[in-house]
Amino acid sequence: MGKIITVSSGKGGVGKTTTTANLGLGLAMLGKRVICIDADIGLRNLDVMLGLENRIVYDIVNVIEGRCELKKALVRDKRYPALKLLPAAQTRDKNAISEEDMENLAHQAAEITDYVLIDSPAGIEHGFRYATRPAELVLIVTNPEVSAVRDADRVIGLLEANGRAEAKLIINRMRPEMVRRNEMLDADEVVELLAIDLIGIIPDDQDILAAANRGQPVVLDDRSETGQAFRDITQRLEGADIPFLPLKGPSLLQKIFGR
Amino acid sequence: MSDEAPLTLKGTPQGLRLRPLTEDWAAVLHALQYALQDADAFFRGGRVILQLDQRPLTEAELLALRDLLERHDIELWVVLSDDSATQRLVRSHGIRTRLPGETAEPSPTAAPEDQQALFVHRTLRSGQSLNYPGHVIVLGDVNPGAEVIAGGNIIIWGRVRGIVHAGAFGDASALICALDLNPSQLRIASHISRSPDERRRKPKPEMAYIRDDHIVAEPWTMR
Repeated sequence: MGKIITVSSGKGGVGKTTTTANLGLGLAMLGKRVICIDADIGLRNLDVMLGLENRIVYDIVNVIEGRCELKKALVRDKRYPALKLLPAAQTRDKNAISEEDMENLAHQAAEITDYVLIDSPAGIEHGFRYATRPAELVLIVTNPEVSAVRDADRVIGLLEANGRAEAKLIINRMRPEMVRRNEMLDADEVVELLAIDLIGIIPDDQDILAAANRGQPVVLDDRSETGQAFRDITQRLEGADIPFLPLKGPSLLQKIFGR
Repeated sequence: MSDEAPLTLKGTPQGLRLRPLTEDWAAVLHALQYALQDADAFFRGGRVILQLDQRPLTEAELLALRDLLERHDIELWVVLSDDSATQRLVRSHGIRTRLPGETAEPSPTAAPEDQQALFVHRTLRSGQSLNYPGHVIVLGDVNPGAEVIAGGNIIIWGRVRGIVHAGAFGDASALICALDLNPSQLRIASHISRSPDERRRKPKPEMAYIRDDHIVAEPWTMR
């Protein structure tokens, strides 16, 4: 049985889909079999970030409605075939599936893979509930800003109330120079408030956006610090004890000569 | 509440216990309405135990009370009466006449109801709310967006960033103590205060109470 992990946040736009894409590919790069499920029905994005948009034939709702086998709906990644994507339906909405549907689907997927990664919709409504329902582990993505942390706290509270899943924290878009200037919460403050285990800190990086637009997640770039941060998380998911990267701001020389 | 008040209203773990102190039902309803307005959010969704003892109740009086409570989203749950006509009347409206699992004699070791305390060993997160008629003790933090509302005192062994409301039934002698008291709002009885906007360097234990009609917070020093 594979491990079922949901990526969630409460707040939108903090980097859930980016994180799912990078962790999915990163785990596949380690030789693991991975199925990414895009649970954001009606607002499908994960396929674009993975560069798999034009290979989609069937989607999650087709599988749940029994019109197609799970295996047949999976889109195989062009770079790492161990990674497969179950795309969201773009023409339907979240009411097309129930919590039980998602639970059954995720467990069915877990039987044929090492990891099932579910990309949760934003919010705390039905979409969030069905996406987190089957999870053994929920990765909470937040940004070092007050509103994102507040929403993450709310989500963690809801998960605790259900008492099913363990939650771990990913702080995305960290900008060391802003922390140094005291303009941004630092990682310690975020962890102190949320009081759950930290599993990754992702630096803020323009390359992430460029990479997403090209459908080439940054985890593929072995010179990228951000890619390294994602690769470290995949190692930690595998149980390795990897120290956190020291977050380098621009050095003095880089500041003088420009980047 | 002073001795001349037409009723007493006491939070208990089972519900809000209402005891009229006068025969004048209009005065009772009037006073109740005031009390409910003051602490509307606290009572909302709750239930009332009306303790009448010997006093008989007419149907009009019963319905007037029930309507008033329903407007505040409160259920008239139990009417305790020694008068058999009143008991029949109450039952005919689908209201209980005794508390479930009520024992004849209260156990002698139990503390008076308004002195009971709830102990909570976890962090209250955004969106979570803790309401209790007695005192509340939290071993953990109260995060921004969370709230603790108590009829009595509140002690937080941790950081307070959300909303805390002590003495929610109007007890102005209620206290709030915390290891790091930096709430978005502090309420005692009907008083409200905000934390200073600037960020604090070194958190220290504090105790908040009402002095001269204002909420003051004083650092906790060992004497």
